[in-house]
Amino acid sequence: MSPQDLSAPATEALSAFQAAGSWEQRARLLMQWGARLEPLSDAQLCEENRVHGCESQVWLVAQQHGDSWQFNASSDARLLRGLLSVLLVRVNGLSAGELAQLDLIDWFNQLGLSRQLSPSRSNGLNAVLQRMQQLAVSSA
Amino acid sequence: MSLHSPWRADFPGILALETEHQTYLDSAATAQKPQSVIDAITGYYLHGAANVHRAQHVPGERTTRAFEGTREKVSQWLNAQDPAQIIFTHGATEAFNLLAYGLADVFQAGDEIVISAAEHHANLLPWQQLALRKQLTLRVLPLADDGQIDLQQAAEIIGPRTRLLAVTQLSNVLGGWQPLARLLELGKTHGAITVVDGAQGVVHGRHDVQQLGCDFYVFSSHKLYGPDGVGVISGEAQALQQLRHWQFGGEMVRSATFESAEFNPAPLGFEAGTPPISSVIGLGAALDYLSGQNPTAIAAHEAALHKALLAGLIQYPQVKILGQPEVALVSFVVDGVHNADLAHLLTEQGIAVRVGHHCAMPLLKSLGQTGAIRVSLGLYNNGNDLLRFFNAFDQALELLQ
Ligand SMILES: Cc1ncc(COP(=O)(O)O)c(C=O)c1O
Repeated sequence: MSPQDLSAPATEALSAFQAAGSWEQRARLLMQWGARLEPLSDAQLCEENRVHGCESQVWLVAQQHGDSWQFNASSDARLLRGLLSVLLVRVNGLSAGELAQLDLIDWFNQLGLSRQLSPSRSNGLNAVLQRMQQLAVSSA
Repeated sequence: MSLHSPWRADFPGILALETEHQTYLDSAATAQKPQSVIDAITGYYLHGAANVHRAQHVPGERTTRAFEGTREKVSQWLNAQDPAQIIFTHGATEAFNLLAYGLADVFQAGDEIVISAAEHHANLLPWQQLALRKQLTLRVLPLADDGQIDLQQAAEIIGPRTRLLAVTQLSNVLGGWQPLARLLELGKTHGAITVVDGAQGVVHGRHDVQQLGCDFYVFSSHKLYGPDGVGVISGEAQALQQLRHWQFGGEMVRSATFESAEFNPAPLGFEAGTPPISSVIGLGAALDYLSGQNPTAIAAHEAALHKALLAGLIQYPQVKILGQPEVALVSFVVDGVHNADLAHLLTEQGIAVRVGHHCAMPLLKSLGQTGAIRVSLGLYNNGNDLLRFFNAFDQALELLQ
């Protein structure tokens, strides 16, 4: 996927994370990006929207507007909120077909965050990705 | 903290991790192995593998001898009466499952199984599921505030209906010695079969199963500096008689027709199929290694490390320690900080500690937590490991607060 295809916030995330030279900078960025997540309403923080398989609590809400998907997500863990945030800037607005084709591992690689996706991690990111792909596939 | 470990150099794994800038503080999950264990395993393969208890040929004889040698070493290590009372399983978890299946016939509907609130899932779920299958009642000994099993309540719960008592010696979350002597006495007064989860306890100090007086003592090799894939049940002679065979096949069979079969007694009767031969041989080497060290020096080193770890953590007013850990590990949470965030930032800095429920969800829940950070120690850890941990901890807190 060429950078031209990226949304403005995704481009911003990419340049910010690629400029981060240390783990501290990455952590700070994650927390800043996490703070940008649009909060979910109390009603949205329900069991139905919970993504299981995580040490932390994670909620994912998906809406389809016409052809394109819009996700909202939250977590009680701050760094995970950051990871969700940089995930959402990449996927929001895509169609189901585009979502199904999107290589999110590559996206996190580009951000220098690929380790957060390792199979021994129980931070919930993997479970969120799976849930997204399921949603995309089932509606494609 | 100049807490030097004279054993560290014997463990290539801890040195390799250090070169990789990884500070390993998760030995309660699994321990690094001394060179002699690695040599024993490779030696076995390099000199020619063979199956045990089956063949008359030279490789078979040699392997069987080494395999049975470990049984004797385990027996000596635990001061069991007889090596024939040592059963090898594939791990502590399998050992509890063996017991829960092998003892099933002992129970009648309405009988009670008593465990404690501190149990690892491995010493909880096999009994819970047995209780469900056989309509038994599972009763749980509550903990006092210090994380110890409350003996007063235990005296009320353990009674004439108790057919089996299964308790941990040292919780993998709380790190405190449970009052086993009193508990086992209570169990025996009422004629209960007694099972001790020694998975963590066996790693710290020598324990004498005859002195403990339990019917079954269980542990895993991999936490005791040996290879993974092997567990041990040390069973009291009479108690072993009560075990029914549970897995079938291999050399556990004495004679078989299409219609029926007869089975060997313990230990072979409970070691169905090809056992984890190389790992059992490796466990023997681990026990040889440990036998060659000065136990007082190890205990003193571990105590000094633990004291330094505790003393360091207590400096932080926002740190809440779970229970009153005495040895090996400290589990804690930090007020206002999510465990996952802390774990993330410690990992970023090469600190290998464990976060989560530690396979003891009901315990964590009863402590009002969903998870905790656990720092656990092996004899190869040193003052520098703690220093690196505390530096990383400071940095993480600074970022998060
Ligand atoms: C107290 C306790 N009991 C039982 C077990 C289970 O051991 P294993 O996973 O080796 O079967 C463990 C290890 O995680 C433990 O810490």
